[in-house]
Amino acid sequence: MSERKIRVLVAKPGLDGHDRGAKVVARMLRDAGFEVIYTGIRQTPQMIAEAALQEDVDVVGLSILSGAHMTLCPKVVDLLRAQGQDDVLVVVGGIIPDEDVAKLKAAGIDGVFGPGTSSEEYVAFLREHVQVAA
Amino acid sequence: MGLTRTRGARSTTDLVAGVLGSDRLALARAITRVENQEADATALLTALYPHSGRAHIIGVTGAPGTGKSTLVTALAQSYRAAGMTVGIVAIDPTSPFTGGALLGDRVRMRALAGDSGVFVRSMATRGSLGGLSKTTGDVVTVMDAAGFDRVIVETVGVGQAEVEIASTAHTTLVVEAPGLGDEVQAIKAGILEIADILVVNKADRPGLDRTLRALEMMLEIEGNGARYVRHHGQLLRVESPVESDEDEATWKVVVMKTVAMGGTGIEELRQRIEAHRTWLMESGEMALREQLRIANTLENIIRAELNRRIAASMPASGLDDLVEAIRRRESDPYAAAAGLLSAV
Repeated sequence: MSERKIRVLVAKPGLDGHDRGAKVVARMLRDAGFEVIYTGIRQTPQMIAEAALQEDVDVVGLSILSGAHMTLCPKVVDLLRAQGQDDVLVVVGGIIPDEDVAKLKAAGIDGVFGPGTSSEEYVAFLREHVQVAA
Repeated sequence: MGLTRTRGARSTTDLVAGVLGSDRLALARAITRVENQEADATALLTALYPHSGRAHIIGVTGAPGTGKSTLVTALAQSYRAAGMTVGIVAIDPTSPFTGGALLGDRVRMRALAGDSGVFVRSMATRGSLGGLSKTTGDVVTVMDAAGFDRVIVETVGVGQAEVEIASTAHTTLVVEAPGLGDEVQAIKAGILEIADILVVNKADRPGLDRTLRALEMMLEIEGNGARYVRHHGQLLRVESPVESDEDEATWKVVVMKTVAMGGTGIEELRQRIEAHRTWLMESGEMALREQLRIANTLENIIRAELNRRIAASMPASGLDDLVEAIRRRESDPYAAAAGLLSAV
């Protein structure tokens, strides 16, 4: 009687304190049946990686509005890999200029979601890319 | 690299060795397999169980908004300052409608970040109603085996009847806050009866005196120092009137004041928890609580397995034919149930 839920860490790295978007995403994922671990604002990449490990999440979702994504996102990916979590899906949402999307993907970010992404799109992406081993 | 993530590559033996060898990722993954009741969950628990039994398990329960998460954080910091390692299991409710959950206890626990002597795991109730989830006890066993000195279990915000924590923890804290309920709330049975220590958190808020009075009065009415005794396999609650505090056979439930946000009263609370642990061991009550905990675990395992067998032996076509036969009075529900169960 295996009961597997997809676990998602929703985190806001960096110094901007606007967490409305992150909270909306967290709620949306909860309503889609995911288990969402919400950690709050002003998280360092180290705090995010540590929480991702302890919670053994399948997905790390980062919300960044400050423009610091090119520094923060690759750092989170590197820390996750260094601690053996290279099987965790990392996605970022927020204000990401188009020209940075390819760079983020090259740095190991699996998905970039800008404003206007529908909840169906987001949920479908996660369901498609998280393969839950029985 | 490919986008799709496939999990669960590590072997059971590898995970067991990792949990016992302070490998935090192994601990995290072992907890996941146990929580999800994956194929090797029983094998994992069987291998880890002999290494458990060393941690002191502290339950923290109370109504939503009493500051449980902040209190747990402050307690964990106090234990760390005393040189002890702490595992935390924080439980939040699963939505009965979507099956999803928003686990937010970590928001209050950021002060614990970066400390390798602490491990925080959030769990969703996944349909359980007793304040814990079905596998919380098993996850506590994994943390215990991993070598944490203290394991703190924070229940969901509970009302008056979610008392499951008392059969999981060695020491149960019931947390109240000023201004949440009137005197009558405090007299109601249930949650207050499971307290080994009553905590009034947010003690800097207005209404403190009233809350303290109500709780003290409740303790007087209820009698103090109740004990659980196993008698012919039944669990009995025995009231022992408080005549003297020196009588080491009884434990006096006291009301402690804390302001978890500012750290006020936390050191005293930790010392009271440790005093309770000492009393449990010296009075022989620890063995009783362990028996209670083990009996509870055993019953849960048996019940889960029986449920599985019952589900597996039900007719593939469902119960419709039987229901219809009973409706026509060709059979009755009692004989039909007996017939089905004889096949289990």
